[in-house]
Amino acid sequence: MAAPPGAGEGRPPLEIRGLVKEYVPGTPVLRGIDLEVGAEGITAVIGPSGTGKSTLLRCINRLVEPTRGEIRLRGEELTRLSGRALRLARRRIGMVFQEYNLVERLSVMENLLCGRLGYVPLWRAWLRRYPAEDIERAFALLDAVGLPDYATQRADALSGGQRQRVGIARALMQRPELLLADEPTSSLDPKTAVEVLELLARLTEEAGVPVVLNIHNVELARRFARRIVGLSQGAIVFDGPPEALETAHLRAIYGGEDWL
Amino acid sequence: MTGLTTATGGADAAARGATGPAARSGPVRPLLREWSRFTPRQRLARWLVWLGVVAAVAWAVRSIDIIPEFLADAPAQMADLLVRMWPPDLGHYYPQVHTALVETLHIATLGTLLAFALAVPVALLAARNICRVAPLNWLAQLVLVASRSVNSLVWALIFVAVFGPGATAGVFAIAFRSIGFVGKLLAEALEEVAPGPVEAVRATGAGWGATMLKAVWPQVQPAFWGIALFRWDINVRESAVLGLVGAGGIGVVLNDAIDFFQWDRVATVLLAILGVVLVAEVLVNRIRARLI
Repeated sequence: MAAPPGAGEGRPPLEIRGLVKEYVPGTPVLRGIDLEVGAEGITAVIGPSGTGKSTLLRCINRLVEPTRGEIRLRGEELTRLSGRALRLARRRIGMVFQEYNLVERLSVMENLLCGRLGYVPLWRAWLRRYPAEDIERAFALLDAVGLPDYATQRADALSGGQRQRVGIARALMQRPELLLADEPTSSLDPKTAVEVLELLARLTEEAGVPVVLNIHNVELARRFARRIVGLSQGAIVFDGPPEALETAHLRAIYGGEDWL
Repeated sequence: MTGLTTATGGADAAARGATGPAARSGPVRPLLREWSRFTPRQRLARWLVWLGVVAAVAWAVRSIDIIPEFLADAPAQMADLLVRMWPPDLGHYYPQVHTALVETLHIATLGTLLAFALAVPVALLAARNICRVAPLNWLAQLVLVASRSVNSLVWALIFVAVFGPGATAGVFAIAFRSIGFVGKLLAEALEEVAPGPVEAVRATGAGWGATMLKAVWPQVQPAFWGIALFRWDINVRESAVLGLVGAGGIGVVLNDAIDFFQWDRVATVLLAILGVVLVAEVLVNRIRARLI
């Protein structure tokens, strides 16, 4: 069941309690994550590769099934949803991927409209008869991400930075209440990475959408996030503002210190 | 994990050096390492495979009972046949051969369409990334293998028994033979779909149908049309022989001509088939080049 309008007012956008994920029974990847994400700003999740950052994000929109624990989106429990209720919950959560995950052979416009697939009936998507306001919004978002002339270009004709801009626009097409970004800049050069993160930060702030951002680059995390969560071996070992993140914490998160 | 590995990496290597194969390359022994492409066990296996191939060929030649006299006068027989075929009776082409030829094309086209209608659902069930129920995957694979294991002439015999002689039997024979081919290739194309875009579309809250339509279909589309053209091309050739068992098309005319020893007419029919196959080939290649 979708929460009735206004039901989640005042509840935090995201509450995670005791989240455990075991791909192989007995070897948890996430060992009891407790995390509450506030109404605005970017929460960066940092940590070494393989520590469960992607799994954490994918548990939230159930691309990966959590083993135990609770995940609440504005108070609505997500872990037990299925079928239509799950789809209705997913459309409230936008997601941006490391490899962009655009549909290569579709035009930029169609990729953006994919963000509306949770809302429009199948026949409209089939016949490409999307509601006028969706198309209007898609053009507005293309302007906002700096690709106003690219609507009819095929996605595979774009550069990496352009693709990720389309990826962000697609997620925002959903008018999400929460945005999950899984290493959105790891495949981009340093300059483009900063530009894309600036765009992500600006647009989500304008739309008032809180972001959970998985990111490798600690410097970028410090620069763009209001809050940093350090994950190590499936558990949270640091949680605080960027200013509070010190060498000792990084040592605890990543281990060793030769690299520091 | 990464941090731990860096910290203990040196110790790990040392531990391996003491016990594992790395010990041989230690500083005590001089470096004299051999390399060969295959292990002795692999060499033996390869030798056995070759032995098996030679044995199979020898067995096959011994068992097919080649009659030397027939083999010896085969060139003479062939030449005789060609002389009887020349010149082809081109006057025979219209209307009899022509009508049959058009019917053949209709059988191939309708048969291909019917095959796709039947094969698409089976392919969806057979693709393990689309249908996650293993028994259904197996069942679909079984259907596909069964379809391919029966030759189109045998399918034609079965459907002539069901529908009576004529083009209907031909259409169904072509369709049932094609299901296996089309279904297998389509299932493979579906399994090769990049999971990323599918995941992304699913994450937007799209249902199964919308995900298939917007994330899977665009990715299999080139393969789909390629398979359709390729199979139609094959079916044009296959439907040319279906008439031999009474399932309509140009094969009926061919069979009649052979039965009455009208070799000049046989030549006309064979030329007509060659022409159609050539045109189909050129056509298919052109369309495919545009499509992909």
